[in-house]
Amino acid sequence: MTTPLMKPRRKNPVLRTRQMNLPPFARGRTALGMTAAAAEGRFELQVCERCAAVQYPPRDACHRCLSSQLKWTPQGGAGELISETVLHHSNDPFYRERLPWRLGLVRLDAGPTVIVHLHGDVASPPPAGGGEPPLSRKEVRVHVGARLDRAGAAVLIGFPPEESEHMADDKMLREMTSDPKFRKILVTDGKTEVGQALVKALVKAGAEIVWLGHAEPWKKLPGLADITSLPQVTLVPLDLTNGRSVGALAGEIGGKVDIVVNNAEVHRAFGIAARRGTDAAKAEMDINYFGLLRLAQEFGPALKARSADGETHAAAWVNVLSVYALSNYPPHGTFSASKAAAYSLAQCLRAEMRPSGIRVVNVFPGPIDDEWNQNLPPPKVAPGALASAIVKALKEGIEDVYPGDVAQEWVERWRENPKVLERELAAGG
Amino acid sequence: MTSRSSRRSYEGVAVAVPVTVPYVRYSTHGAHWFIGRAIEALVERSRIAKDAIDGLTVSSFSLAPDTAVGVTQHLGLSPRWLDHIPTGGASGVMALRRAARAVQAGDADVVACVAADANHVESFRQMLGGFSHFARDASYPYGSGGPNSIFAFITAAYMRAHGATREDFGRIAVAQRANALANLGALFKTPLTLEQYLDARPIAEPIHLYDCVMPCAGAEAFLVMREERARGLGLPHVLVRGAIERHNAFADDPVLLRGGWLVDRDDLYAQAGATPDTIDFVQTYDDYPVVVMLQFEDLGFCAKGEGPAFVRARTLTHDGDFPNNTSGGQLSAGQAGCAGGFLGMTEAIRQLTDDAGARAVTDAKVGLVSGFGMVTYDRCLCTGAVILGRSS
Repeated sequence: MTTPLMKPRRKNPVLRTRQMNLPPFARGRTALGMTAAAAEGRFELQVCERCAAVQYPPRDACHRCLSSQLKWTPQGGAGELISETVLHHSNDPFYRERLPWRLGLVRLDAGPTVIVHLHGDVASPPPAGGGEPPLSRKEVRVHVGARLDRAGAAVLIGFPPEESEHMADDKMLREMTSDPKFRKILVTDGKTEVGQALVKALVKAGAEIVWLGHAEPWKKLPGLADITSLPQVTLVPLDLTNGRSVGALAGEIGGKVDIVVNNAEVHRAFGIAARRGTDAAKAEMDINYFGLLRLAQEFGPALKARSADGETHAAAWVNVLSVYALSNYPPHGTFSASKAAAYSLAQCLRAEMRPSGIRVVNVFPGPIDDEWNQNLPPPKVAPGALASAIVKALKEGIEDVYPGDVAQEWVERWRENPKVLERELAAGG
Repeated sequence: MTSRSSRRSYEGVAVAVPVTVPYVRYSTHGAHWFIGRAIEALVERSRIAKDAIDGLTVSSFSLAPDTAVGVTQHLGLSPRWLDHIPTGGASGVMALRRAARAVQAGDADVVACVAADANHVESFRQMLGGFSHFARDASYPYGSGGPNSIFAFITAAYMRAHGATREDFGRIAVAQRANALANLGALFKTPLTLEQYLDARPIAEPIHLYDCVMPCAGAEAFLVMREERARGLGLPHVLVRGAIERHNAFADDPVLLRGGWLVDRDDLYAQAGATPDTIDFVQTYDDYPVVVMLQFEDLGFCAKGEGPAFVRARTLTHDGDFPNNTSGGQLSAGQAGCAGGFLGMTEAIRQLTDDAGARAVTDAKVGLVSGFGMVTYDRCLCTGAVILGRSS
């Protein structure tokens, strides 16, 4: 069983902060299909549409029937560990710094043999040189899943078939995830239900400190007192419309933050014709787009500098966007536009964070069950459910999250045909 | 296995002038330099004019972006038959097979087969990440151990399946080191004991230091021509009695515990008019000891799974009852990239032309050279073997 991670000792300030060396991230265009699925938490392999042969490594033609119709398809991941090794030498700086490193060779029940990073809780095959049991007996079963590694590229991981209490603390797995445990986290807006739900979920997940942004500290908002009474939580002044406010907070805590969760947003209803002027739209852009830009400029460099800083290195940046970022929802037209702008900027942020190994998690909820969606019929995402989805994404190394039934349906329709979705939304949904 | 009686014989083909450009751990020279030295030596020692070399095969990992084509202009050659064979450990067998057919068909009279690789300080690491599409996508990102991690899987699986111990693999490495001590060109020049082998530091368990080859720079080469031509020139030569190759065999096996030799070996022995019992020495491909053991089995020297018992029962040194890798092999002589796939071939020619000096196998008349190359993902894909005989 995995030894639980102990609270890391205070860092020796004399020592140089280790810089990030990414694991090898080059992949062919075809192989990136596995990364696309892993980014959403799925393990997919190509399956031949003609003969059903499962392919691995990713290919451009079926190894059995030569068809080029290979479809990325979710996999169960069950398999047998047929061999393992522990590396004590590596040619790559990322692994050299993390030796010894355990690898497995797994025969998937679906067919292919895959090389995996092997979780410490997976039993070893019978000892080498024992000589008694032939390969067919004493099977070691594993469950293979796909995760994004520190470079944001999909890798396969061999998990034990049964979950155990501290398995997330496995040294290898912690490299692949942004687990909140023992991490210091900034949540940018504490006044909303989502913000407060996030704090509770992060504290429950073991966060060491949660700094909670509050733009107007003099206001006594409902729920805030309960949250700030938690020993891990500190209220901090943060106004995303004000560059000086963002800069001041970054100066104070920027060098300590391991995860940024930007949930601040302004959300007003209506599109173009129902409201005169640009004030509401400007307010939305000022927080939803420029707020992200200000935050990223102030906190991004500090996060990048600490991305290899021990067991609780800086790990992730979460943007709470909206599924309306994918395609405009005319009844909330200006809000949709601001979220589309934020999404585009978040892609830029992801590209800039990648060389340091900081994961940018984009969250695309459908309508949240809050005051600004009061008029919308259910289903709506409960703030608690949204917070759980975000913590799950951090724990499981997921990069794109579509929480809730509405978001799930939208993204499916959008992938099928964005033009059809646009027409349907113009006609009222 | 199925017999392919339609295979034509290699009768009348001679192999001569084994050349080794001395190995060095690192060299600032590029692959073209080593190829140039090898062909210069072929010309000098054969006394065949450079312009009379009308066929060329080139094998190299470090020649890119050039291929055999660029080599012709670089060295001022104008062959009428050309092949680029970058199949690593199988390139020696494959070059010989192709050259032999070209000579039999009259497409070339004298074929120079050359394998050479440079080794700069950074070369090995740079080669691994870009070795193949599958390696880039599905093996190198996993710990970046290169072939060490793949052969660790294979070695561990073999140990489980057949009860081999580290001592068994150690016997192979230790015997090869003893052979290397009689080879002045070998990179390793001190004896290796079984204790030292067992005490070595782990690299990728169960592989330890002395299971691994030392990457280096160097070249190997030989000439292929008709037997009458070799005789007319007075060149000591050997005859090709049989040859096979096979790629991506047993692709559905979950892990490589048998190689493609198994598919074609009956043809090989039938073509050569030989049996495993009549082979006087073997030059196996030895990037890792487990691979040597697989070849003993798959080439019919013992049954599958009996490799461990076989190496316990036999003496593998040049003066033993089953001489294997008499030059020290790659494990002790060094692995000069693709030249590692030629090492067994040049050594076999030397053994069968009384040119092996202190490591000569007594009364050697027939030798087997085996090749194994190209780990693109989880196993080596290319296998091949040649049986060479002393010319009468």
